Amino acid sequence: MMRRLVSPPALWAGGFILLLAGLWRLDAAPARLIEGLGKLGWLVVLMIPPSSGGALPELLEALLATLAMAFLGTIAAAVISLPLAFLGAANVMPVRLLRFGLRRLWDGLRGIDTLIWALVFVSAVGLGPFAGVLAIAVPDIGALSKLFSEAIEAADRRQAEAVRAAGGTRLEAVRFGILPQVAPVLLGQVLYFFESNVRSASILGIVGAGGIGLALSDRLRLNNWDEVAFIVLLILAMVGVIDTASRAIRRRLA
Amino acid sequence: MGLPSRAAPPPLGPDAAAIEMRHHAAGLAGRWRGVGVVLLLLAMVLASGWYSEVDGGKLIDGLPRIANYVARTLPPLRLETLGADLGEWYWNLGEWLVLLLDTALIAYVGTVVGAGLALLLSFAASSAHSPSPALAFAVRRVLEAARSVPVLVFALIFVFAFGLGPLPGAMALAVHTMGALGKLYAEIHENAETGPVDAVRAAGGSWAQQMRFGVLPQSMPSVVSYGLLRFEINVREASVLGLVGAGGIGEELYTVVRRFEYVDISALVLLILATVTLLDFVCGRLRRRITGALSPA
Repeated sequence: MMRRLVSPPALWAGGFILLLAGLWRLDAAPARLIEGLGKLGWLVVLMIPPSSGGALPELLEALLATLAMAFLGTIAAAVISLPLAFLGAANVMPVRLLRFGLRRLWDGLRGIDTLIWALVFVSAVGLGPFAGVLAIAVPDIGALSKLFSEAIEAADRRQAEAVRAAGGTRLEAVRFGILPQVAPVLLGQVLYFFESNVRSASILGIVGAGGIGLALSDRLRLNNWDEVAFIVLLILAMVGVIDTASRAIRRRLA
Repeated sequence: MGLPSRAAPPPLGPDAAAIEMRHHAAGLAGRWRGVGVVLLLLAMVLASGWYSEVDGGKLIDGLPRIANYVARTLPPLRLETLGADLGEWYWNLGEWLVLLLDTALIAYVGTVVGAGLALLLSFAASSAHSPSPALAFAVRRVLEAARSVPVLVFALIFVFAFGLGPLPGAMALAVHTMGALGKLYAEIHENAETGPVDAVRAAGGSWAQQMRFGVLPQSMPSVVSYGLLRFEINVREASVLGLVGAGGIGEELYTVVRRFEYVDISALVLLILATVTLLDFVCGRLRRRITGALSPA
């Protein structure tokens, strides 16, 4: 059945040797580990009890800005992805070369991490949430366009053919024959990406792209560990609330 | 529901008129709901724009700046001197390749250590096999905390505790991986057949032996497959760990961006993209061989 070039035990042994080499290369000496763990324990002690440092209104505002960044980035990506996805779907766009080009472009956009995009956009348009919105939107255009076009290709073609048979134009066939079929699927995917983007947005501030991450990296720099713990808990609470709400909406869509 | 059945005789009459009206009303209500949703979305977009300080002016001002920035990162490549131009573009290739190898190594160590810890904890976390429900609950909360905190936050804290370098990066990946894979592995174990477990128990095997010889052989293909998938994700994550001083190629990228070494930015970003794509491809093939024809993705 399956061709085995390397026997599993040899593969395991190779993997283990690579792990040891990696640990050596990463300088994971036992003494360093023990010292670090001791320091880590001390940090955890300093984190208790978490404290807002009297800046709760400011932190809540940063949290809202984070949500706004994620929301705008997701909406922008979805709005741009929709027409692109139709151009990249085999059952809509007959030109193979254009489809191929679009798909490689999407691969490139989503192959680069949000944080790298944030770094580049902060450098291009300056510090602040605007760079964050762009950093969320750009890789998501790659990811959402790909998912959208796959959903469009999976749509039942008979409805589009019916519109054509009734005398509709190609555009009308897409609008009334395909879009109604795929809309719920696409909406579900957008919501899912919004959830994930809320997580990403919460750390974008570390490279200067605004939101709660900025407050977090400030507190880290000042070694205010009780406030660090407080902000991390705030982020976790926000992510939890958004996940629950989004999951409820997605269940209603399905 | 109040809908009349299709078999009912449909001659035009008071009934049909009523249906017609109800249809019309439903259509109108649907349209009004659509308008409401669009207005709500629009209001949310405006509010978000206000909160994140994004407006039309900024967008119009920003787009040409981005285009200009991207244009500057493109290297001068002429057909006559292509070799020399490429050489100049990737002038630091040797050092960059070492950093990329480091990045992949960080991802590998983080994935293997994290997956190992996840596997150890997953038996106690699965409700079907855990020795006690209280233990399962506790382990599941630990895993949840480990995967909810972003990798970069762990990395920032670990850099402070362990010092700069790739070690805190790999540890941050390991903790996050433990949380993410631990949950998946527990779910995989729950799908295992109980027959082999009962057989080991009947032969006098301890709980650990039941897990090792009854459950693990059944779960192993999925465990490895999910581990490979996580490795692909971790390579991406590892490429940005350097932004907070946790090693790998990200550190070089951060330096280059801050110094506005435009051409180096495109060189590095393309190198990262190539590495990620290559490792995705290799892992994808491996996964397909492990899971066979079951999951084509």
